[in-house]
Amino acid sequence: MEFSRKKHKKVTGDYQAELYGHCLQFYSQPPLENIPLSEFETFAIERLKLLKTVENLGVSYVKTSDLYIKKLDSEIKTLNFPYRSEMEEKKPQTGPSEYEKRRKDHISHFILRLAYCQTEDLRRWFIQQEMDLFRHRFNVLHPKYKNDFLRHNNLKYEKLSDEDKRRLGSKLINSNSAISSTKIEELEIYKVPFQDALDLVRARKVFLQEGFAFIPHQEIVTIVLNDFRTRLSKALALTARSLPVLQSDERLQPLLSHLSHAYVGQDYSIQKNIGKVSLEQIDSMSTSSFPLCMRHLHRALREQHHLRHGGRMQYGLFLKGIGLTLEQALQFWRAEFIKGKVDADKFDKAYAYSIRHMFGKEGKRTDYTPYSCMKVILSNPPSQGDYHGCPFRHSDPELLKQKLQSYKIPSTGINQVLDLVKGMHYQLACQKYFELTHGLDDCGFSLSHPNQYFVESQKLLGSGREVKKEVEAPQKGQSTPALKAAGPRDSTASSQTDEASAVEDPGSSGKE
Amino acid sequence: MLKLASASEYDPASLPDLLPLYYRRLFPFSQYYRWLSYGGVVKSCFQNREFSFTLKDDIYVRYQSFSSQGELEKEIQKINPYKIDIGAVFSHRPNQHNTVKSGTFQALEKELVFDIDMTDYDDVRRCCSAADICSKCWTLMTIAIQILDRALREDFGFKHCLWVYSGRRGVHCWVCDEAARKLSATARSAVAEYLSLVKGGEDTIKKVQLPDLIHPFVMESLNVISRYFVDYAVVKQDILGSKESVDKVLALVPEDVKKELKTDFHNEKNPVKRWDRLVSHVERPQGKKGQHAAKEIMLQYCYPRLDVNVSKGVNHLLKSPFSVHPKTGRISVPIDPREVDQFDPFAVPTISLICQELDRPRAGEEEEEEAKDKENESAPTEKRRVRDYKKTSLAKYVRVFEQFVEKMERARRGELLKKSDLQRDF
Ligand code: SF4
Ligand SMILES: [Zn+2]
Repeated sequence: MEFSRKKHKKVTGDYQAELYGHCLQFYSQPPLENIPLSEFETFAIERLKLLKTVENLGVSYVKTSDLYIKKLDSEIKTLNFPYRSEMEEKKPQTGPSEYEKRRKDHISHFILRLAYCQTEDLRRWFIQQEMDLFRHRFNVLHPKYKNDFLRHNNLKYEKLSDEDKRRLGSKLINSNSAISSTKIEELEIYKVPFQDALDLVRARKVFLQEGFAFIPHQEIVTIVLNDFRTRLSKALALTARSLPVLQSDERLQPLLSHLSHAYVGQDYSIQKNIGKVSLEQIDSMSTSSFPLCMRHLHRALREQHHLRHGGRMQYGLFLKGIGLTLEQALQFWRAEFIKGKVDADKFDKAYAYSIRHMFGKEGKRTDYTPYSCMKVILSNPPSQGDYHGCPFRHSDPELLKQKLQSYKIPSTGINQVLDLVKGMHYQLACQKYFELTHGLDDCGFSLSHPNQYFVESQKLLGSGREVKKEVEAPQKGQSTPALKAAGPRDSTASSQTDEASAVEDPGSSGKE
Repeated sequence: MLKLASASEYDPASLPDLLPLYYRRLFPFSQYYRWLSYGGVVKSCFQNREFSFTLKDDIYVRYQSFSSQGELEKEIQKINPYKIDIGAVFSHRPNQHNTVKSGTFQALEKELVFDIDMTDYDDVRRCCSAADICSKCWTLMTIAIQILDRALREDFGFKHCLWVYSGRRGVHCWVCDEAARKLSATARSAVAEYLSLVKGGEDTIKKVQLPDLIHPFVMESLNVISRYFVDYAVVKQDILGSKESVDKVLALVPEDVKKELKTDFHNEKNPVKRWDRLVSHVERPQGKKGQHAAKEIMLQYCYPRLDVNVSKGVNHLLKSPFSVHPKTGRISVPIDPREVDQFDPFAVPTISLICQELDRPRAGEEEEEEAKDKENESAPTEKRRVRDYKKTSLAKYVRVFEQFVEKMERARRGELLKKSDLQRDF
């Protein structure tokens, strides 16, 4: 595509029909028209806004739940991206036309490709959000439009013969509830290599035989999405290679790099407070200012004198984030481990390396960043012998309850926490726990990072405000977690910038 | 034989003396090389493969690589590693990884691997804990191999799964099909998750939750477990014997059933009958909560517990077959999944045993053979090594390995034939 300051001419005729013939696109053709720079920027920012909504909703809700669908739909509408298939429905139109929306969808996608092709991390983030967006938009299509879309983009998948359906009978039926509730003869079932339906394989929602996955029509989005992912990641790799040319354009460069930085919140890896925490403080801080996940890990470490890899990473990076120096970290871990089965020599050989690694002193010298809540909640769930993870997500509710009781949280508060857990609002549950332990009705921030929890807590405790020991039940209704979820989270970025400056004087709250 | 058994007792202090002998005369280099060169057409397959060695005092050397069998042999015989690990096939030779531009040195492919470790079963073993194993709990490994081997073959269509005893308390699986070696990290984790049923850490009591519809894969797995469950779990582990262990089981059934069973168990002390009671009590109409409780208990107590992180990464190192376990002295030998019921980890030879066996007085025919060899000196070392390991109890395990490699070679030849036939048709 070309970028210019001139007003664009409308592209006409066949090309337009071909490109924007369907409200959903596979983005296989880049835009060929000239795009004014002002439009370039608004399009990009609006798509970025949409993708960030996609990301936030994905953390707070199950991706196919009604609320997720409703909220995402309304964001798509507000930002004027194509919504379902209005063009055919001939709705009275105010605002931009359907054509303009589709054009914007098209162009903005390609702009963000430029901004997000540069590093592995950016690519992964972009692909993930685009896929979630695509999944949603495909899912809400009327079945007729789904088939149109497949035809329009020439997507064909092998279908299972009636004979095969009969032969596999009950196995197909038991593999997916979509199959079991429809008559199998009437159902289209597709046969694809299992590698093309990984999401269904992972969730064990598909019958597998000899390396093939048998997919009911209702789940076809999975294979379409797989195609989408493959194409997008190839395209991004290609774009990355041609990027140097674009980067020399002094009009675009700052814009692109601004866009690509927009998505990452504070990462808590650069510590302003490095060296301001003493090892003696950790025990007391673990009960006053650590989020539950870290409090658990700390306790497990003190009791077992050991943590397995997942725990060492999650807790070690957190400690780094609150300001431990490498030397302190080594001292801290060594002191604890040698109380257990590991002697000092073994520690230096087997564990010291990985701690130095966390601080980027060894190996690839990458500076590992502390894990965000999303990372803790979504990746690497704990298994036997592990204490890492997010207690709100990974503990049995019954055990969680016992823990909270032992921390003297009043039972009304515990119930509120458990309700949020039940609704899968783990971070909100954690926020509630923060409010309960800090004697607040509303903590006033949107939690996305364990280190953020720590900083917020230290801010409160250090500023000399009194912390009530016994906490009264907050008055807020329990029935509105959903509304709460979307509201404050939108402002995450701004609340995080505040924290950065608030870290500067964390030592003042320490006991020693 | 009796004398040999006592001589086989392994003393870790003797390892440095035994290793040179083992690597010089017993380690099956030729089969090993045939395995890892996968037909030898793509040279980088072997040459860009990472090996890493653990030396005395836990010194760990990574990124070793070799251009030929000879080179690998020479190096191993020179440094006599305590342990050998195998890593990925990289984009460049691993021993030159410092010379390539950073970021371009990447792991490209590796076998799909699984690691099952007995320590992960500590909450459902009463006989041992941590690194200890006994013939009772070894049943768990037997079950694991059968369940996973079936699924890898029948569900995923893989044909070349090499099962290996880790030398101490677990087993490894190397899926060697070309398609498996080329899987992305995402695909690996999807396969591993498909195969994982037991979920949750120290803070989870009920670790298996089945949906209403039982997936065919879970059914097949239950079929395997049900062949062992009563004898292994109910009788040998006695999970319904003491009050403490009964409580653990009852924590997994719905509240109302729990009450009924508690009174029931008051009168019924026989564990097998107790299990029958439990099964009939939780039988419920379709769709009702808790209908699968008995199955879930069986799975929680017996279903294989995978270390998913080992399987996910292309770049994860795993202990090599035929490496020695420095603590037990046992060799990491292949297990024939068709005869897994007969596999006895305590019968796996230690390095001290097989080194002793080498020195056994020779029978007449072997001397004859040796005389023949003397006349025919063309490939002396290889021949001598073959004759050497055949004298020891390592022989049958090398045979299993050989059969595995041969089967892969046959399959590859078949593929090539098919391809050339196709070409001729055009
Ligand atoms: S929500 Fe975040 S901070 Fe809170 S316990 Fe979970 S992971 Fe830790
Ligand atoms: Zn045992």
